[in-house]
Amino acid sequence: MSLTLRDDARTAPTAGKRLLHGLSGTRDPGLATHLDRWGDPRLRDGRLVDELEESGLVGHGGAWFPVAAKWRAVAGASRRRSVVIANGAESEPASRKDAFLLAHAPHLVLDGLVLAATALRAQRAIVYAPARRIPEVEAAIAERHGRRLDPISIEIAEAPDAFLAGQESAVVSALNGRRGAIPSFVGLTPVRERGVAGRPTLVQNAETLAHVALIARFGASWFRELGAPDNPGTMLLTVNRQEGPLIAEAVLGSSLCQATGLHHEDLAQMRGVLLGGYGGAWVSPEVFGTLEVSEKAARRAGATLGAGVVAPLPRDVCPLAEMADVVRYMAGQGAGQCGPCVHGLAELADALEQMAFGAAGGRGTDRILEICNLVEGRGACRHPDGVARFVRSGLGVFADEVTSHQRRGCCTQTGAPRVLPVVGRITRRRLVSRA
Amino acid sequence: MSHWSLDLVVDPIACDGRGLCAELLPELIALDDWGYPIISDVDVPPDLAREALEVVRICPKLALRLERRSP
Repeated sequence: MSLTLRDDARTAPTAGKRLLHGLSGTRDPGLATHLDRWGDPRLRDGRLVDELEESGLVGHGGAWFPVAAKWRAVAGASRRRSVVIANGAESEPASRKDAFLLAHAPHLVLDGLVLAATALRAQRAIVYAPARRIPEVEAAIAERHGRRLDPISIEIAEAPDAFLAGQESAVVSALNGRRGAIPSFVGLTPVRERGVAGRPTLVQNAETLAHVALIARFGASWFRELGAPDNPGTMLLTVNRQEGPLIAEAVLGSSLCQATGLHHEDLAQMRGVLLGGYGGAWVSPEVFGTLEVSEKAARRAGATLGAGVVAPLPRDVCPLAEMADVVRYMAGQGAGQCGPCVHGLAELADALEQMAFGAAGGRGTDRILEICNLVEGRGACRHPDGVARFVRSGLGVFADEVTSHQRRGCCTQTGAPRVLPVVGRITRRRLVSRA
Repeated sequence: MSHWSLDLVVDPIACDGRGLCAELLPELIALDDWGYPIISDVDVPPDLAREALEVVRICPKLALRLERRSP
């Protein structure tokens, strides 16, 4: 699938230059063009963390955590020198924005990583990315090396192709090399304090570091020229349209319809829109139409913008079949460590398959909601919580389809090709047949 | 009077659902459909502190711990 850029994202938004400025949809234009376009990154006389605080930048890996607070926590964790990581794993199948940045603007991400390493006096700086992105990142690093641009040498580590590979403690676990990329039960000692090789560790999403690169150059007040005072700047969205994913840069606080190019006539053709990916939530087209690009607004609607995934579901597909396949995929993508998640997600997938593909009748949604309650908050990571939110919100938004499946069984659209992407094959359980 | 409260916490990775804890401390621990402990949200009351410590000690997977929390 090709990535396309929205026309209005190609030119810089009025007030300034932002992440997608000047990118044409072709490959990385190279270091010379990058430096020509943006100039040298500046350290702001050791005031970068203050500048980030003033900017109000938050992390765009999904958690929306304030960047300055995270950097301060790493800096103050211990006397040992830290490790900084650009997290480009982006293991959510419906998200492509970090891949897009690494392919088209790797130097923005690398600038941000080196700025973080310098500000935190880190011992190591690592780019963590899937195998298919590594050649591009290697080429970009070689180019910087040739110019002696960076005061620290940048390492590369491969992120495995697994949904949890980008989870913070899983990143650390992958780099520590003992157990692969699976989450730990961090409890009271987060990776900020004890991460890679026991050192304080900053795991920061690739897009977030690209914002850092621009804030270092142009300052906090420049960053705040776009967006709302309590929700400043821009963020990247991956809009999963049927013709392929679209990467859009949205001004925070602006209309989500406008930012995604999904207008009322498009929404009339939709059954629902998934926000925040497979750990996110469904909203009805009506609710979507009222939302701003704002995590607060999304939370009020019971959803999250997460890492910026927007996936509209057209009318000609069966939402229950889509959900069943995603939940089966998510059940298979667990780390297999925590009992409630292992058993709960498998049973949840069984129940959803029975509802989507089985005959009329069935146990309805009671058991499904019961499992959602049982798994929530009971894993070492938030994997089960995300699936519970995905399922619960879906049963609400697709209540009519649920009723019709209960009355008449599997619908005619169940066999339609799936819209929501998953990686690998979905193996369903055999359905329970009723006498 | 203590200004700390006690929190019983399970490490879900270490736990493999042996269920001893729920047998010993049903006041605070129930088992889910798959045999894994569901720990009550309330703080450990002072009169159950001794039992809670015992449960932490006896878990064969060392998956339970008591954490002190300032109120």
